[in-house]
Amino acid sequence: MIDVKHLAKHFVLYHQGATVIPVFQEANFSVAKGECVALTGASGAGKSTLMRMIYGNYLCKAGSIKVNHVEMVGAHPHDVMQLRRTTIGYVSQFLRVVPRVSTVDVVAEPLLAVGEKPIHAQEKSQELLSLLNIPKRLWSLSPTTFSGGEQQRVNIARGFVYDYPALLLDEPTASLDSQNRDVVLGLIERAKSNGKAIIGIFHDPSVRDQVCDRVVDVSQFMPEAAA
Amino acid sequence: MTPLLSVYNLTKMYGHRVGCQDINLDLYPSEVLGIVGESGSGKSTLLNCLAGQLTPDRGRIQFKTRSGDVKDTLTLSEPEQLMLSRTDWAFVHQNPRDGLRMSVSAGGNVGERLMAVGSRHYGHIRTTAIDWLDRVEITADRIDDRPTSFSGGMQQRLQIARNLVTGPRLVFMDEPTGGLDVSVQARLLDLLRNLVRDMGLSAIIVTHDLAVVRLLADRLMVMKEGQAVESGLTDQVLDDPQHAYTQLLVSSVLQA
Repeated sequence: MIDVKHLAKHFVLYHQGATVIPVFQEANFSVAKGECVALTGASGAGKSTLMRMIYGNYLCKAGSIKVNHVEMVGAHPHDVMQLRRTTIGYVSQFLRVVPRVSTVDVVAEPLLAVGEKPIHAQEKSQELLSLLNIPKRLWSLSPTTFSGGEQQRVNIARGFVYDYPALLLDEPTASLDSQNRDVVLGLIERAKSNGKAIIGIFHDPSVRDQVCDRVVDVSQFMPEAAA
Repeated sequence: MTPLLSVYNLTKMYGHRVGCQDINLDLYPSEVLGIVGESGSGKSTLLNCLAGQLTPDRGRIQFKTRSGDVKDTLTLSEPEQLMLSRTDWAFVHQNPRDGLRMSVSAGGNVGERLMAVGSRHYGHIRTTAIDWLDRVEITADRIDDRPTSFSGGMQQRLQIARNLVTGPRLVFMDEPTGGLDVSVQARLLDLLRNLVRDMGLSAIIVTHDLAVVRLLADRLMVMKEGQAVESGLTDQVLDDPQHAYTQLLVSSVLQA
């Protein structure tokens, strides 16, 4: 489902003395359907960077990333947009929304984007919000004023509301209590058994062991010069 | 899918100074393109050239009309161009006073556009006007008031209603949220997003506000000294900028 080959990446900071920060060289790995792979490595090793490259949020210098056989490296923005609507979801650590839009609508949005009827999208959205224990009285409010844990759960609901064949999860359980963590782990398990390919970053080893089939240490992809 | 609008090597000079130079872009149906850059970077010049408000010195602009024909907008006859700007196109100005008739009632401002495309039935025009005022959150009891009695944010929403009432397919916006306070900005952003999704509208938005484009635009073009220095998916350009100028632009934003 997700195939990463010979991937290379560096950042150039033009306004800080044109510093070149090498990140990856020869990154290779793949994720099959029904599999959950954890990215590991010390803070700053490039776990989130790699995830963002797969989502097309960061550009790649060289190599290939194929998501459901579609090449992401050098892809036209329209192809990336299409892939994000239909194939790949991303739950980031931050919630970015238009202010004033209700939580129900924020979560329903990925469904509306693929042309789902508003009434169905709302129902599905409410289903996930109650599963993730977001109190009903908050559904009509904008999530911008929610607590960190609540925002994270809204983000997760948004990532799971549509059945993306491939899913990227950046610390989905970081600020959750144990009860909600178990709900999220349940969602991941269910997605796996439905044949979704999942890549996750989990700092908590016990969480990682519980849902992940394999671990990929991204520090092995670090260029020699920087190591 | 074929582009709604294609622009080739568009150049506009002001004497020896460059307005915008060798701009190429494609806009697809239901897509929002953001154009960012500092003042004087040529973004408004470009927008005005695209919308037929300025005549470029070189280049070609092709637009796919409702009937599916691709037309060269720069070589259209004046009546054809006028018809295009009344039906398929809309232009939302930064200053609502430039896009509204200040001496005509709110309802009249909306109705006038309908009459320009042939509506004659007073009852229908008034009902449609009320419907549109409601969509932009202006209550029906203000329909006979003149825009001079409206706040800046209300004027801007009225301008949007006036522009969208004829169901355009392409909207040009010049700093649509500029000069509005943030609570009104948010309301306008929400409105614009829904219109894009529900009406299948395409839009080109010129702004210097990166937060606005992040929420509204699918794709982004960064301009500097009349040239397009970088373009791509909005979040990619903002999160992993490749050009020195874009990096400066992104890193200069104050965190609220």
